[in-house]
Amino acid sequence: MNEKLIVSNSPHIQTSYGTSKLMGNVLIALIPAVIAATWIFGIRALILIGVSVCSAMLFEHLWCIIMKKPTTIFDLSAAITGVLLALTLPVGVPLYIPIVGSFFAIIVAKCLFGGLGNNFINPALAGRAFLLASYSLPMTTWAKPFYYKTGAVEAVTGATPLKLLKAGETLDIGYLDMFLGNMGGCIGEVCALALILGFLYLWARKIIQPHITVSYVATVALLGWFFGYNGIMTGDPLTSILTGGVLLGGIFMLTDYTTSPTTRAGNVIAGILAGCLTIFIRVKGGYPEGVCYSILFVNILAPQIDKLVIPKKYGA
Amino acid sequence: MARTFKGGFHPEERKHLTEKKEIVTLTPPAILSIPMSQHIGAPCTPLVKIGDEVKIGQKIGEPSGFVSVPVHSSVSGKVIAVEPRPHTGLGTVLSVVIENDFQDTVCETVKPRDIDSLSPKELIDAVKEAGIVGMGGATFPTFIKLSPPEGKKADAVILNGAECEPFLTADHRVMLEHPEDVIDGLKIMMKILSVSRGYIAIEDNKKDAYALLKEKCKNEPQIEVILVKTKYPQGSEKQLIDSVLKREVKSGALPIDAGVVVQNVASAAEISTALRTGMPLVKRVVTVSGSGVENPGNFLVRIGTPLSYLAEKTGVKEGIKKVLAGGPMMGAAQYTLDAPVIKGTSGLLFFTDKEYKHYEPSDCLRCGRCVKHCPMRLMPFKIMQHAELNDLDGAVKYGLKDCMECGTCSYICPSRRHLIQTIRIAKASLPKK
Repeated sequence: MNEKLIVSNSPHIQTSYGTSKLMGNVLIALIPAVIAATWIFGIRALILIGVSVCSAMLFEHLWCIIMKKPTTIFDLSAAITGVLLALTLPVGVPLYIPIVGSFFAIIVAKCLFGGLGNNFINPALAGRAFLLASYSLPMTTWAKPFYYKTGAVEAVTGATPLKLLKAGETLDIGYLDMFLGNMGGCIGEVCALALILGFLYLWARKIIQPHITVSYVATVALLGWFFGYNGIMTGDPLTSILTGGVLLGGIFMLTDYTTSPTTRAGNVIAGILAGCLTIFIRVKGGYPEGVCYSILFVNILAPQIDKLVIPKKYGA
Repeated sequence: MARTFKGGFHPEERKHLTEKKEIVTLTPPAILSIPMSQHIGAPCTPLVKIGDEVKIGQKIGEPSGFVSVPVHSSVSGKVIAVEPRPHTGLGTVLSVVIENDFQDTVCETVKPRDIDSLSPKELIDAVKEAGIVGMGGATFPTFIKLSPPEGKKADAVILNGAECEPFLTADHRVMLEHPEDVIDGLKIMMKILSVSRGYIAIEDNKKDAYALLKEKCKNEPQIEVILVKTKYPQGSEKQLIDSVLKREVKSGALPIDAGVVVQNVASAAEISTALRTGMPLVKRVVTVSGSGVENPGNFLVRIGTPLSYLAEKTGVKEGIKKVLAGGPMMGAAQYTLDAPVIKGTSGLLFFTDKEYKHYEPSDCLRCGRCVKHCPMRLMPFKIMQHAELNDLDGAVKYGLKDCMECGTCSYICPSRRHLIQTIRIAKASLPKK
């Protein structure tokens, strides 16, 4: 044995779960949602996702070139941002929308703050918030599900259930429609089944912990029932969580590592806070939906929650 | 259901390489180097000089402080040097180098004793004189654990048969091949501490050892054999106490403050043989394993045997990247094979590219995996954040002082950050009490 030996501090083995493997698992968990989006809103949904992913990865790669850093696109976080951003778009938006959104998400919200791990808000949601403020008409023009099957070339517009509820109307769809995604909305938010499949996968593979998602969804259900559109205790808890972006946001955005608290208790608190804000915006705010802004708000609080909620140490 | 604690993780075990291999007694080498420091605490003062004849079991190092135990010669022969020599954990250490005469002449002081008639005080002295330390790797002098300070009383003794480090199977084989010694050692300790409850905790990946000891203990109403979950760091004292007794050792306190004494199974077996035969701790079982070894196995080795001798006997392949004394989680990387086996050397691992991977650290994702898995329930990423800024007060707030350096955070970090390494540096710069 003549080789030179490597000497380093213990431990001498490490998990095979590096960043890119974790992110790859999140991408796998997003597959059902992508399939559902394509099934419900047609091939155009898939095109939106493709454009969004490609532009997000391209922007990150270009940024690394400009900053003379080794490229970081292989950690796959940019790809996740691309998919998530596309899933929050209506199907009828022009194709430059996901490109502009990706630019804001990757360059402004993420890279300018130091890249993965240093962004203070979820990049995909920051991109969506930017788009909603800048292109409010296409961003709130909703297509009817399965419009493409009627032979229509342009998306046939319809309203989202939340918009109808806010306007004081009653819904003409049942729970099964809501669960499977037979309703208007963003391409990735309507099919609860696909999102829950993704959630179960992430939970089973221990990629995420369920605390923040469960506390968020439970809070939305409870408060959605309590603060109904027609007065106290008139709401419907199931409708509250199956419509709008509660599941998409709760499963894939709130659980974002960088922008959520790191402790179990902190995550429960963050979920409850986000749930309260979501219902507040829905019932009292100017928008019919409050998932995006409530999550962005909680993102900003995450480091503060980590300072306040310190787990009880062993033997303390 | 196997008992367990919160946190930790289940590593790839890789114990299949050696767990079925019986302990092989290795013939001692021609030259041995016996360090005067094989335990936590003050080093020994050599009692021999160049040219002296020594015999097996002869005391060659006298303790120079309270936290210290004597060192004995593991062969008979002639002292050829007393000088600093490589050590597996401490760089170079004053060592007695002995040329083996292969006569295996036993020292006159080594004679069987009727230990059943000895008082607890005499038993403690015998444990000390036999040079017994924690053989799981920590090498804390055993007699100190057996003499609780004034006013403190143990009510339980736990034998640690968890062996939670990947690769290592030395304790496993000792339990399988010398179960009577293990149980006898436990009973001696229970007698010393006048404790009526003894536990043997074994991880559930060693069901055969569990079944065997349970069978052997069926007429021992005071001893309970307990299955604990296979999880790192199950073999850590504080975690094992939590698993077995659901007790927590207060921050900054010792297990005895929770009324518990924890001792490694190999140390227990050694207490039995050393006290009954009179032969002090001069040999131990070492697991030699890793993908860089032709014939991995468990070997009974004389203390002071150079690692290179073990490498030669087991057939080390080309392409070795790392050599570890101990397990992969807490063991020490070696720069030379000239260092010898000491009392705490539970394993010798030869890593090739198969086990050795180099990763570049990247920025913290704030994923919280270190927080979730920390067995002390600390916030390692926050400790590191503050330690990097040299803000020790901040680091202490998130648990710097409570860290036991098990390395779980560094193992689990997807960003490959040097968490435990940074924490160790910060701990070392804490003002001494």
